[in-house]
Amino acid sequence: MSVDMSQFLATFYEESFEGLEIMESELLNLDIGAADSETINTIFRAAHSIKGGSGTFGLTAVASFTHVMETMLDEMRDGRREVSQEAVTILLSAVDVLSEMLTALRDEQPLNHDAIGKAQQDLDSLMAAGNGSADTSVETKTESMPNDSQNITGWKIKFTPHTDMFKCGNDPVRMIRELDGLGDIKVDVDVAKLPELNKLIPEDSYLSWNISLNSPISEHDVREVFAWVEDECDLVISPVTGSGGNNSPELQVDVLESSFNLLAPQGEKLVARFYEELFSRYPQVVPLFKNTTPEKQQIKLLTALKLVVNNLRNPDTLVKALTEMGLRHQEYGAEAGHYDAVASTLIDVMQELAGDKWTTEIETAWKDALTVIAKVMLDSYVPDGQNVATPGMVATAPVGTPQVQVKTAEKRKSGGEASSIRVSIDKVDELINTVGELVITQSMLGQFGEVEDLNNSHLEKMRDGLAQLERNTRELQEAVMRIRMLPISFAFQRFPRLVHDLSAQLGKKVELKMSGEHTELDKTVMEKIGDPLVHLVRNSMDHGIEKPENRVDANKHETGVVHLNAYHQGGNIVIEIIDDGAGLNTEKILAKAKSLGLVTDSENMTEEQIHDLIFNPGFSTADEVSDVSGRGVGMDVVRRNIRSLGGTVDVKSVQGEGSTFTIRLPLTLAILDGQLVRVGSETYIIPLVSIVESVQLDEGKINIVSGRGEVYKLRDEFIPIVRLYHIFSIPFDMNDDERGLLVVVEADGEKIALFVDELLGQQQVVIKSLETNFKKVEGLSGATILGDGTVALILDVKGLFDLNAKVATRPEFVFRSNSEEAGDKGGGNSGVAA
Amino acid sequence: MENVAQKVDVHELVSTGGDGQQFLTFMLAGEEYGVDILRVQEIKGWDNVTKIPNTPDYIRGVINLRGTIVPIIDMRLRFGLNFLEYGQTTVVIVLKVNSNSGKSRIMGIIVDGVSDVYNIAKEEMKAAPDFGTAVDTKFVSSMSTVNDKMVILLDIDHMCNSAELSTIDAITE
Repeated sequence: MSVDMSQFLATFYEESFEGLEIMESELLNLDIGAADSETINTIFRAAHSIKGGSGTFGLTAVASFTHVMETMLDEMRDGRREVSQEAVTILLSAVDVLSEMLTALRDEQPLNHDAIGKAQQDLDSLMAAGNGSADTSVETKTESMPNDSQNITGWKIKFTPHTDMFKCGNDPVRMIRELDGLGDIKVDVDVAKLPELNKLIPEDSYLSWNISLNSPISEHDVREVFAWVEDECDLVISPVTGSGGNNSPELQVDVLESSFNLLAPQGEKLVARFYEELFSRYPQVVPLFKNTTPEKQQIKLLTALKLVVNNLRNPDTLVKALTEMGLRHQEYGAEAGHYDAVASTLIDVMQELAGDKWTTEIETAWKDALTVIAKVMLDSYVPDGQNVATPGMVATAPVGTPQVQVKTAEKRKSGGEASSIRVSIDKVDELINTVGELVITQSMLGQFGEVEDLNNSHLEKMRDGLAQLERNTRELQEAVMRIRMLPISFAFQRFPRLVHDLSAQLGKKVELKMSGEHTELDKTVMEKIGDPLVHLVRNSMDHGIEKPENRVDANKHETGVVHLNAYHQGGNIVIEIIDDGAGLNTEKILAKAKSLGLVTDSENMTEEQIHDLIFNPGFSTADEVSDVSGRGVGMDVVRRNIRSLGGTVDVKSVQGEGSTFTIRLPLTLAILDGQLVRVGSETYIIPLVSIVESVQLDEGKINIVSGRGEVYKLRDEFIPIVRLYHIFSIPFDMNDDERGLLVVVEADGEKIALFVDELLGQQQVVIKSLETNFKKVEGLSGATILGDGTVALILDVKGLFDLNAKVATRPEFVFRSNSEEAGDKGGGNSGVAA
Repeated sequence: MENVAQKVDVHELVSTGGDGQQFLTFMLAGEEYGVDILRVQEIKGWDNVTKIPNTPDYIRGVINLRGTIVPIIDMRLRFGLNFLEYGQTTVVIVLKVNSNSGKSRIMGIIVDGVSDVYNIAKEEMKAAPDFGTAVDTKFVSSMSTVNDKMVILLDIDHMCNSAELSTIDAITE
């Protein structure tokens, strides 16, 4: 069974994280007190598949942790437990811990035992408490768990799979491994039914197992392990009621000591032979020893063996020593399988050296001892409350490991960004259909290659074919583009939870509103915008929204609103975080800026400039540093991150009424509906969304505002006219205003009328960044390639406003001057006219 | 020289062997300039460009190079020489330019014509004295003599990133 599990493991993690997301969002949906059983069921199912999967992959810590959650959910589902606010909170934090665990395991990081232990404790205590509080329903519950459960120390399980169990894809090893996660197990395999090799059908199961499980868990839990194979096996489960609480098999200390004394004189030889044998039998373990020399390692092993034997009567010391050893071995990368290898090799080598003094009694004693040792050492990898957990272990756990592993973590992270994408099957089907059509068109066009002399009817058909090809190509392009685009709800979905938790933590009442979740943006941009968004939302909640009592004083509803909004604008996606809180305190900001030396007293700053100061490093006006925000490492990082995506962030705020943070991000791969316009010999593209209307210019409606350019009277509005040839300083062919057209565009609620020579067609265009090989040009959001292969520039309406303001407000600006003075404005050091 | 306006496969020009560096040389107002041949992506004939508004005149515009938007710089104007009508031999050399931040970008330069490929040994590359060529000496990485002709070797990273283009990395707001 040497299937490469790692590929499945990746899928398991992916699905588990999805499951966790489901659990989280459903938990938030739960109505306290009157929970919908379907919702609980959904949560339960998610937990169950995580548990099942982690059992399969031997992630015992995850499996046993999830198990507790699952039990609790199960009780809720059956109405045996009340859905209380407390339970939901604890389950939510358990989801967090679980997600951390899975992340750590995926990145091969040490687990955070403190957090896991704490969450487990919370769950356990809630489980215990729940028994008392839910009165009548508890009776039935305890009934189902027999009273003598207290006395049960373990279970004897006779597990006989039916011969055809493998055909259903079930693997007994998985169950056994899962049982292993529940407590100490001893497994004996019964090979009685195994036929001779020539009669053996490899797809049938002949084995059965006698398993003794040393753990005082309920029968239900044991049956749960076999839940998936109930109908495919014979299962006999009988409780073991015993005296004392000793969970580990009794070690035959005398036998161990005497046999070791027998071998002690040959100690060096023993360890030397052992490694020789180990490496020859299991060459795959050699890399684990790369940081040590054989001599050193032999001495280590001998010391360890002596230590174990000498402390056999001293379990506390022994467990502690083994735990530490276990932690070290975890660092070396030793896995469960390696312990078995070591154990069997060691026993064989001991037998070899002991010669005829070796007895089966000694062998059994050592086997048991080594199993226990391996177990203790392995448990120290992932201590999980149910097993021997000494305080010393938890304390030593984090030591040494973090420094070693930091590097791999970073490596993983950077690699992780380019991982995978989930595409809805519809999009893929569409792609396949389009490619199918493309192939048909191709074969149709291909026929013309064989025609000897083309006549008119051929040409006709060929033209049709080409038109079809064009359509296919465009569809294909769109379909491919759409694969990378995801609705921004993926980035938004974490916020209900965040707001829920934070509002409790901050003692504020906050309602989260979201709109524009369907706005699509590129996946890479989406991944990178997550953290800045979280920061801004936290910031709005911490600094923006006031405490309920203050809000009532200020004549506001006691529940504050944080509004997340997303929409497309020009070549950008705009994300707004709007709160109706206190707004930015201009005086406070100024005072802080002065104390930091960012501004001097004499400066006359506009409100906007002052607000902008919050994006400086080290800037926080929070009186108290909370763990939510206020350490001043925030807004500057937010701005830097957003800039690194080629975007901008700014803030508008009215004191007492709230603030709006606006993030603008380029849509690197976005497709845009554009209106092609001609100005002189140039073709530009105006994003269709920003066009309000286009009108034939009526010269009589042009008014000249002194020093500010021209305005056009359109019905009741006066709209500034922007002559593209002017602000772009390009030659134009329309001196005759009567023949020109005005395209009225809107951005940020302002309108301008663009003067163009001609309206061309409308089409979808793919935005290509100018910045890749060139630089950002004011007034342009990018470029695109037209059907004839030439490049057309896409206008950035918002940028045109600014550009127009710059050109128009310059004192030397003369209406309809020739283009040379506008010409040097972008020109930097050498704007010589050609 | 008649066919240089066609696309020329760079790799055919590269003669094998020899130490030192290989340089593709081009003509500009009668002088011969060289660029590191490994930076040359391709050589293509002059074709119409799309002008970018409010940029210096030496940035002729952008072209579509198989789906990538590539800016085109007229070297004559860049170096302050007289504009020459584009003709039969005028070519665009598409170069890969590295910026300080480690990013590389593709740019095209318009030259009067491509000339030759030389193998120039390290020791033959001399530091450039400050003298009367049209090119600002800060763009010149070194000079060399090949067959009694002077070749000016250009530092294209510096040349294509300085001045106007250096603002590329800064985010404009």
